[in-house]
Amino acid sequence: MGEVNVRERIARRAEKEIEDGDYVNLGIGMPTLVANYISANKTVVLQSENGLLGIGPYPTKDKVDPDLINAGKETVTSIPGSAYFNSAESFAMIRGEHVDVAILGGMEVSEKGDLANWMIPGKMIKGMGGAMDLVHGAKKIIIIMDHVAKDGSAKIKKECSLPLTGKGVVHKIITERALIDVTPTGLELKEVFDGFTIQDIIDSTEATLIVKDVIEGVN
Amino acid sequence: MKPIYSSAKEAVANIQDGATLMVGGFGLVGIPEQLILALVEKNVKELTVISNNCGVDEWGLGLLLKNKQIKKMIGSYVGENKEFERQVLSGEIEVELTPQGTLAEKIRAGGAGIPAFFTPAGVGTIVAEGKEIREFGGKEYVLEESLRADFALVRAAKADKFGNLIYNKTAQNFNPMMAAAGRFTIAEVEEIVETGDLDPAMIHTPSIYVQGLLQADQEKRIERLTLSSGGSNPAG
Repeated sequence: MGEVNVRERIARRAEKEIEDGDYVNLGIGMPTLVANYISANKTVVLQSENGLLGIGPYPTKDKVDPDLINAGKETVTSIPGSAYFNSAESFAMIRGEHVDVAILGGMEVSEKGDLANWMIPGKMIKGMGGAMDLVHGAKKIIIIMDHVAKDGSAKIKKECSLPLTGKGVVHKIITERALIDVTPTGLELKEVFDGFTIQDIIDSTEATLIVKDVIEGVN
Repeated sequence: MKPIYSSAKEAVANIQDGATLMVGGFGLVGIPEQLILALVEKNVKELTVISNNCGVDEWGLGLLLKNKQIKKMIGSYVGENKEFERQVLSGEIEVELTPQGTLAEKIRAGGAGIPAFFTPAGVGTIVAEGKEIREFGGKEYVLEESLRADFALVRAAKADKFGNLIYNKTAQNFNPMMAAAGRFTIAEVEEIVETGDLDPAMIHTPSIYVQGLLQADQEKRIERLTLSSGGSNPAG
């Protein structure tokens, strides 16, 4: 599966977790792609933590406003019914559990739903941005990422080895291979995607998986 | 009526070495462009800068950084700036990375007379190390202290001569909280209108928070120009 197909498959599956009427925050990078697949049958309002509720499409050349960006610092537009506000208000709506779904990228997720996605010690110093606030505020936290790292090592682990973004915060993991729910008893394998077997998933996941009601061959 | 400076140089005249500054903006949006340039020219050193980001290599706070005027940076995301990363890794600059919502609330609280608050953000991570943890309703929270600054440098679209401010779109971001948390707040604005010309119901920052005004044209550099390919789906 090519890189583009992997990202598209993940984004399409993540979109199914968004319900009509939801307020949603999409993280920078692959999560932003989810917006491309939001069904026309759903009214979804996207929150941007820099102070916008109701992100619209990217602007045409004549509609570019340098004062209007999303959290990825890309020029955007706003939809009819949108609202602008300051950063304290923005994080009040995030921390205050008003945002229904946050879809974020991940470097590692642990068996208990710990998330690491902001820092590799000694390598890059970028900062956590709004991720640490988001993981505690949104009602549903979905992590979308490649199932394994570039060197083939597991990213879904017993314990995260990288500095954490949040402890016990993840509800669902979606990769190009599987969908996994974080439950009080552990990680439950729910769906295995076309081209992979349950055994493939177990073999490429360091954390223990609960395997009971798995739907296989999901496309 | 608030003092209206004749130049950015005059506006920053009282900012001395070692000052703590809050600087508004998210990325390059809503930054006080001319005040930053005037600080570069003045060459004040040993600054503590509180701002969400640290500009890019050739614009915004990145210029102060390049000129080695910043001793300590408090922000949430500095990934757009290679020089920043170099100075941190070499130990030339001190950095305090703070979750973005915590940073916004620290500044809001500072301006509102609240010395500290509990937040869930950062619990169980290195951000909470050495800080008080308390449980409320079965969930853990970390105690975070508020922030104030000697000067706040903010950017607004419009001001009246009283110092009331209105921001444009997402250029609002950290500016209103900083205006309140600065002991002396200088607002760089695109337009100054007569007192009474702004609708009182539309004011974002009431004049009580503003100590001086500067009218200045803005370049408004775009960090990532992204254009529509014609679809109607939102842009994340």
